[in-house]
Amino acid sequence: MSPFRHLTKLLPLVVVCAVATIVAMAARSPLPPAARLPEVGVEVSDLKPAVARVDAELAARWKAANIAPAGEAPELQILRRLSLALQGTIPSLEEIRQFESDDRPDRLEHWTRRILADKRFADYFAERLARGLVGKEDGQFVIYRRGRFIDWLSEQLRENTPHDEMVRRMISESGLWTGNPAVNFVTAAINEGDVDENKLAGKTVRAFLGQRIDCAQCHDHPFEHWKQQDFEGLAAFYGQVQQSIVGVEDRPVRDGKAVEYEIEDRKTLETRVVPCGVPFHPEWLPEEGSRRARLAQWITNPANRRFERAIANRVWGLLFGRPYDEPVDDLADPDDEKQDLLDVLGKDFREHNCDLRRLIQVVAGSVAFRRASEFELPADSSRSFGEELAALKAAEGSWAVFPLIRLRPEQVIGSIFQSSSMQTADQNSHWVFRVLRLAQGGQFVREYGDLGENELQDRGGTIPQRLLMMNGELASGPSGGVNPFATLIASTWRIAAMASTDESCVETVYLVCLTRRPTGEELSHFAEQLKGKQKSERQKIVEDLVWTLFNSTEFSWNH
Amino acid sequence: MESLTENSKSGFAFGGSRESLTRRDALWLAAGLGLSFALPGLDLRAAETRGGERPKSLITLWMAGGPSQLETFDPHPGPRIGGQTKAIDTKLAGLQVSHLLPQTAEQVHEMCVIRSMVSKEGDHERGTYLVKTGYRPDPTLIHPSLGAIVAHELPVAGVEIPRHISIMNSQWPSRGGFLGDDYDAFKILDPRQNLQNMKAKVDEERQIRRLNDLDVVERTFRNRRRIQSDATLHQETVRRALTMMTSEQLNAFKVENEPAEVRAAYGDTPFGTGCLIARRLVETGVRAVEVTLEGFDTHAKNFPGHVTNCAILDPAFAALIHDLKQRDLFESTVLLWIGEFGRTPAINPLGGRDHWPTGFSCVIGGGGFKSGLVIGETDPEGKKADPADPIEIYDLYATILKTLGVAYNKELTTPIGRPMALCRGKPIGRLLV
Repeated sequence: MSPFRHLTKLLPLVVVCAVATIVAMAARSPLPPAARLPEVGVEVSDLKPAVARVDAELAARWKAANIAPAGEAPELQILRRLSLALQGTIPSLEEIRQFESDDRPDRLEHWTRRILADKRFADYFAERLARGLVGKEDGQFVIYRRGRFIDWLSEQLRENTPHDEMVRRMISESGLWTGNPAVNFVTAAINEGDVDENKLAGKTVRAFLGQRIDCAQCHDHPFEHWKQQDFEGLAAFYGQVQQSIVGVEDRPVRDGKAVEYEIEDRKTLETRVVPCGVPFHPEWLPEEGSRRARLAQWITNPANRRFERAIANRVWGLLFGRPYDEPVDDLADPDDEKQDLLDVLGKDFREHNCDLRRLIQVVAGSVAFRRASEFELPADSSRSFGEELAALKAAEGSWAVFPLIRLRPEQVIGSIFQSSSMQTADQNSHWVFRVLRLAQGGQFVREYGDLGENELQDRGGTIPQRLLMMNGELASGPSGGVNPFATLIASTWRIAAMASTDESCVETVYLVCLTRRPTGEELSHFAEQLKGKQKSERQKIVEDLVWTLFNSTEFSWNH
Repeated sequence: MESLTENSKSGFAFGGSRESLTRRDALWLAAGLGLSFALPGLDLRAAETRGGERPKSLITLWMAGGPSQLETFDPHPGPRIGGQTKAIDTKLAGLQVSHLLPQTAEQVHEMCVIRSMVSKEGDHERGTYLVKTGYRPDPTLIHPSLGAIVAHELPVAGVEIPRHISIMNSQWPSRGGFLGDDYDAFKILDPRQNLQNMKAKVDEERQIRRLNDLDVVERTFRNRRRIQSDATLHQETVRRALTMMTSEQLNAFKVENEPAEVRAAYGDTPFGTGCLIARRLVETGVRAVEVTLEGFDTHAKNFPGHVTNCAILDPAFAALIHDLKQRDLFESTVLLWIGEFGRTPAINPLGGRDHWPTGFSCVIGGGGFKSGLVIGETDPEGKKADPADPIEIYDLYATILKTLGVAYNKELTTPIGRPMALCRGKPIGRLLV
């Protein structure tokens, strides 16, 4: 009998021990100083002029509206905003310590660059962008792989592919959904072999130009200049798309005959040929190339302001949780006379090779992103709640105060996982997505309620969410896996055991759950409860404290 | 004109409870949540009231995706547009329905059938918006759905569970819009899973401590964020969740309390169970319930798609009409069957039917509507897009609101300061008794 057979049997055990040792070592090793963490993106000093232009635009807006902006938010609060927007979780205790030990000026700008270098950013941001591009549904499995598409987007973000190039590939890519994942933008609109040109036309304009023409499918747009003819003309660019064993391709000729885009007239029920056509600036349309390649060039043409305004508005929305202009895909036509903040951001974006990282850095560095979320009108008892609300909405609407935005379900579950681990969840893996793919994570998101494609609409919380957060128990399914609430309770035991004093115990739980230190009132309230308590009684108090913080407004809303 | 912002300050879609100090009240008073139970409660006899005496409610059966009128209430058998669907007789002389709805055919004479609904929106999201609210989408504000208006305008004291409920998964569940998120439908995604997360995980002593602690943490956050913090309705939602957790009215969700034959009549499907729960909720005092059946977007294989869906719909719809009549709830419950639009007369190469916002069907009855009225007619050849005697969504909604006792044309001042009528339509007199 070979001695190796015993070794093979022992292998799983060896692996478990090795992993445990590595984890333990990692836990004990001193934190690398923030200054030595990898950073990517635009150098902090090079960013300043662009941020200053954005700030000037905002300042002018506030002045014109006679609005006094809120003060500067505490740094840890901004850190929390950055982590939630770019990584999908609150920062870990480890990250908070690293950040606080950084004594460079502009440490928030450096931290933004650090996040951009983190693979969690690429994975999370790809998922967020994908919502606007292909929605959240998994579609027809065989021809459409949402997962591959997101992996591709993530790769482009890591390589910092210029955004216009990414978009051109999505619109015009040919081939198989597996080998050429950008083509999934098109295959997402294929149903049982039938290409839905209407869906593609609507989606192209919504996702890349930030405007809605879908309603022009049946009638002229009630507010803008879109005509039914415009819609049909755009759909015709997808009219030669064919799906076969080699994947998606454009076939200008089939069986010796030119392939034309034909539709049935809604009124006469007769078939008619629709030629390709664009609703404005036909001179941007190149003569050569496949229909889709020409459309892609037209969409991304450097003079097409709608393109950069759309992405600026979306990135703003992903960072704040609310787009600069609502809804995110129904922007008014750009004004030839006037420029607004989206134009300022868009111009900078275009001048720097459609650099998404830079756009994120500029928005995150802006004066608006750093405003406090506190807003209080001078005391006046004669004002009604409605009037106060209107004043608040005016301030929030002009970004003079940071809006309270409900966390997305995956941000909530991601934050619960993050709190339960204290250390930064594995930086080198698809961590957030592994969590989401776990039965429990998925169940949580379903129960909490996913907003799907309309993720940037401002919605309030719901009773089922509160019931889930207060009483929920995500049981381990048959596949096993991690139960976030069980892990969380285990980690509160560690906190309770590790802290040297009652006060430091309370402070640690606050940092872990809310990314801030307790106020004096809070500290004394909770330290009092812990005073003289031992072991299981102490653990219960810490457990209840975690429950309390998780059920607070502060935890469930970005602020 | 009523100012909405004033109204929404206190007007939550929730009632208080009349019971004098119970164990539960003591729990919360101890927890400093300051819940007020001073409001007049539900008169227990109200739940027992029947017939025209009862406060009225609305049940909407929402057919998501756009059901084909040709496969449901407006069949035109024949080679050109009829497809495989046959027409069967009902107890009404002028009305035949699809053979996919044999049980409903036996009951539909209690209702009115409108075969000439018209809408201007052929996209799912926009169409759903129009048919749920009676208004076309407007970039500057969100209109409340019919159910939210009913819950807002017809408050009932003593109901501890939400007064506006959506059962089954729905991509665009009914919303409160400018009436406020607290008028959004409470979502029950799976009516057969019963209610989850309704029990606290710790004993009473710890629960009190937790709620007390929550007060401390909320105070910190609310300090200098008073307006925003209140506008999130987070604390209010917590309170409502706590109210619901301990409410006996949750029994409305327990269909196991129903006789086996009643459950069987509705069909052994989540939608059927949802319809039965809807009836139980209405009995409890819930104002507006919406039960969604998805899967009508049959761009391919329209007929098999409708065979599947009608098999779910037919027993549930028929049983609901029958049950409401049996229990003398029909007079006090408006029952509406509708989707965002209909489907094209022409059958596409995939055997599918596409979106058709002109000349689609809806069924309406109960709550003061006439029985047995049939309105409208579509072209049996499918050539003419426009039906005879077209009915606009908003006129139908004005009719529903009127019979429910809501001032349908009342104007509210929306949060952006723009006056807006609850409904822009005019009641259709011939539909009402």
